[in-house]
Amino acid sequence: MPWPLALFWMFAGVAIGSALLCITRRSPVASALWLVVTLFQIAALFVLLDAEFIAVLQVLVYAGAIMVVFLFVIMLLDLGHPGPSDIRGPLGLAVASLLAGALGLKLAVLFRAVPPSGAGFAPAGLEHAIETQGLVGVVARPLFSTYVVPFEIASILLLAAIVGAVVLAKREL
Amino acid sequence: MLLGPALFVSAALFTLGVAGVLFRRNAIVIFMCIELMLNAVNLTFIALAQALGVAGQIFVFFVMTVAAAEAAVGLAILLAVFRHRGTLNLTQINLLKG
Repeated sequence: MPWPLALFWMFAGVAIGSALLCITRRSPVASALWLVVTLFQIAALFVLLDAEFIAVLQVLVYAGAIMVVFLFVIMLLDLGHPGPSDIRGPLGLAVASLLAGALGLKLAVLFRAVPPSGAGFAPAGLEHAIETQGLVGVVARPLFSTYVVPFEIASILLLAAIVGAVVLAKREL
Repeated sequence: MLLGPALFVSAALFTLGVAGVLFRRNAIVIFMCIELMLNAVNLTFIALAQALGVAGQIFVFFVMTVAAAEAAVGLAILLAVFRHRGTLNLTQINLLKG
């Protein structure tokens, strides 16, 4: 087995295992911490898939910012104690596992996917682009040229989210 | 080429996220499972970006922005719900059930 593939399966195994622990732990704090482990493993997978800049963003934004907000709210609401289990009863568990398993089987067919040839993109695009433009440039250049309008819309979305969060979190609504 | 394995892993992670949403009752854990699903989709985008060009990575950038906005507003809503009803158990938040 070539070493990138071996590394890939190592990180993927830890990611899936900690995701499993994340959805089964009784305490929300434990769930959140296992989710942080999963997010770090996904960042490692991003590096193996030639997306180093996105991997850094993943660690900074997801593991660093979003999960801290989650932990902050869990501890603010004092939900850290492992109280009675919030996992559904046997019937609900069976139905949920069946539905999720069916979805997983459907999605796992993608394991055999091959990239469509000539889908309108430059062939061998990414590696060549990284060599000529650098790791950040390859993302930044299209972001500020082709995708500049979505970028500006995203800033308006973030502003709306900030205002909305402040208004919703006020003591009297 | 890691495309096939990456798609398999992201399918597994997405399925685990869906399972978590279906069989947990705590609203905040369900919210974390949604983040897990978003990350599985991001992994798909990155894997396909390696094969088809950089547009997938740009899309992941926007998914992260929307996820951050969603986390801020969603957690504020959960705070307001907890203040109002004193619980985050979804079986007890059933105002529309009558």
